[in-house]
Amino acid sequence: MNKKVLICLYGNDVAPRFDLTTEVFIASIGPENRTEDEKSVVLPRASAEELCHMILTGDIQTVICGGIEEEYYQYLTWKRINVFDAVIGTCDRVLEEFTKGTLRSGAILYDPK
Amino acid sequence: MRDIHQNPDNYPAKIAGLFAHPLAFPPFLDEIPLGLAVLDKDRRIVLLNRTLEGLTGYSRQEIKGIPCAYILRSNACLENCPALCMQDSADAVCMEANIINRDRQKIPVRITFSVIRDMDGRTVGYLEAVEDIRLLRSLNGKAEHAYAFGQIIGRSPQMESIFRVLPVIAQSDSSVLITGETGTGKDFVAEAIHQGSQRGKNPFIKVNCGALPETLLESELFGHQKGAFTGAVENKPGRFRLAHNGTLYLTEIGDLPLSLQVKLLTFLDDKVVFPLGGTKGFQVNVRVIAATHRNLGLMVREGRFREDLLFRLNVVRLHLPPVRERGDDIRLLLDHFMRSYLTRLKKPIKGFSAKALRLLLDFTYPGNVRELRNIIEYAVNICEEDQILLKHLPAYLTDPSARDWDREEEKKESRNLWTSEPQPREPEKDWASAEKAMIMDALLKARGSRSKAAESLGWGRSTLWRKMKAYGLSDTVSSKGSDI
Repeated sequence: MNKKVLICLYGNDVAPRFDLTTEVFIASIGPENRTEDEKSVVLPRASAEELCHMILTGDIQTVICGGIEEEYYQYLTWKRINVFDAVIGTCDRVLEEFTKGTLRSGAILYDPK
Repeated sequence: MRDIHQNPDNYPAKIAGLFAHPLAFPPFLDEIPLGLAVLDKDRRIVLLNRTLEGLTGYSRQEIKGIPCAYILRSNACLENCPALCMQDSADAVCMEANIINRDRQKIPVRITFSVIRDMDGRTVGYLEAVEDIRLLRSLNGKAEHAYAFGQIIGRSPQMESIFRVLPVIAQSDSSVLITGETGTGKDFVAEAIHQGSQRGKNPFIKVNCGALPETLLESELFGHQKGAFTGAVENKPGRFRLAHNGTLYLTEIGDLPLSLQVKLLTFLDDKVVFPLGGTKGFQVNVRVIAATHRNLGLMVREGRFREDLLFRLNVVRLHLPPVRERGDDIRLLLDHFMRSYLTRLKKPIKGFSAKALRLLLDFTYPGNVRELRNIIEYAVNICEEDQILLKHLPAYLTDPSARDWDREEEKKESRNLWTSEPQPREPEKDWASAEKAMIMDALLKARGSRSKAAESLGWGRSTLWRKMKAYGLSDTVSSKGSDI
């Protein structure tokens, strides 16, 4: 069964703040860890509560984000959602690490200039 | 630390030209107790100091070259980046924001963003100062949601407006006149004003102007010199001098005799105290707070209170509303005193029954907070169950006849309070009049029979006869007796 992952976006990068996210990338990962279905969704406004609701109703299993408040982190994990927080990096690189199974919370995957 | 300072070569960043030898820059920044980040002109992290490392949870090594928005995670970075706001302005930009750190804590901060320029004035980077303002916010939060000042609590609009002005009044050094019905908390307000003022650590002296006879009150307030009057065996400083550098609280100022009103007026003008029988005055620095439950304006019109004194005391006027006008505060006060007495008396009471609560909320509390507190103290003392029921409340609350009688008395009382009339005192009863009444009563019960009356009083017939004669009752009784 495919797994759905949601990445909070800020341009091409993972958004620094979960509660200020206005765009998300949602991908469906197939059995061989291949990205099968992907889409970007622009949110009507930045709201941690509405984003949580969207994650729960959208049948998302994994969330990748930057900074998230403890309250929302605990809520999502309590709802059995995997949360990789404090992740810094581009969306592609982060997704690649995730599909490889090497992504960790707090990962810094940014290539400094 | 000493080794690091002694070996600036360990650091690529150095300060040169300030001292004889170059200094290492990072340890220099670490000594500053404010979060600091040095950014390049693309707003990527060049350096963090130790305070900002602590605040964000990132170490300077792992984040070098990463855009500051991903490290600081401030709402300002995403919504209103200070670097973009300032354009080419030379002035620093300061804004309040919040960050989410690696521990998932949201921290309110004040960010100051300034440009770093080279010798030719070209922008080479930015200096970002991040100040943790959690403490400041928590204090503000308390102030915003405060429903207490000193020992006074309340959430009603009337009390909120009082709480808003109290700190301002406390900080001023003006005379204050507190008015309000009995039991509204005038004493607490006076003390809270004193505690909140710059005189807070100095004496707070309270004098009840209605409690002492005129001569004693004068000596009490202004002091006396040895030999000023019979019994003045030594010098007495008086309350004004005792309150030097502090606050003198004159309660029941409406009961201050006219002669002393003049003396108080003189003091308020000159700040000099002349003790009774003395020729030398003493300069004192005292703030005067006065309180009364009387209508001073009316007393002025009736010539029983000096208008000029009222004007001097009335610099700041604070009127405390009665409980019946404080709406939801009644519930707040009930719960507050309940908690307080439950803790003190260690009772396992959970609350009020619906009927008891309804009665307590509907009562008008003519004695205001003091009466409300006493009712709760009584109920908590009496109650042996887990809930305060109607039967645990004082009888005058539940018995309509007692209540009506009480209310009539209260109306009379409150009329007295808010008119200038001093309350009529009960005619003084002495033993002689009481004994006379007792004899009359015994004789009436004995239908004029002196023997039976003497027996009921436990006296011999001759004692009764002697006392009747002394009180001039013999003729009355004889005639009554003959009538009977």
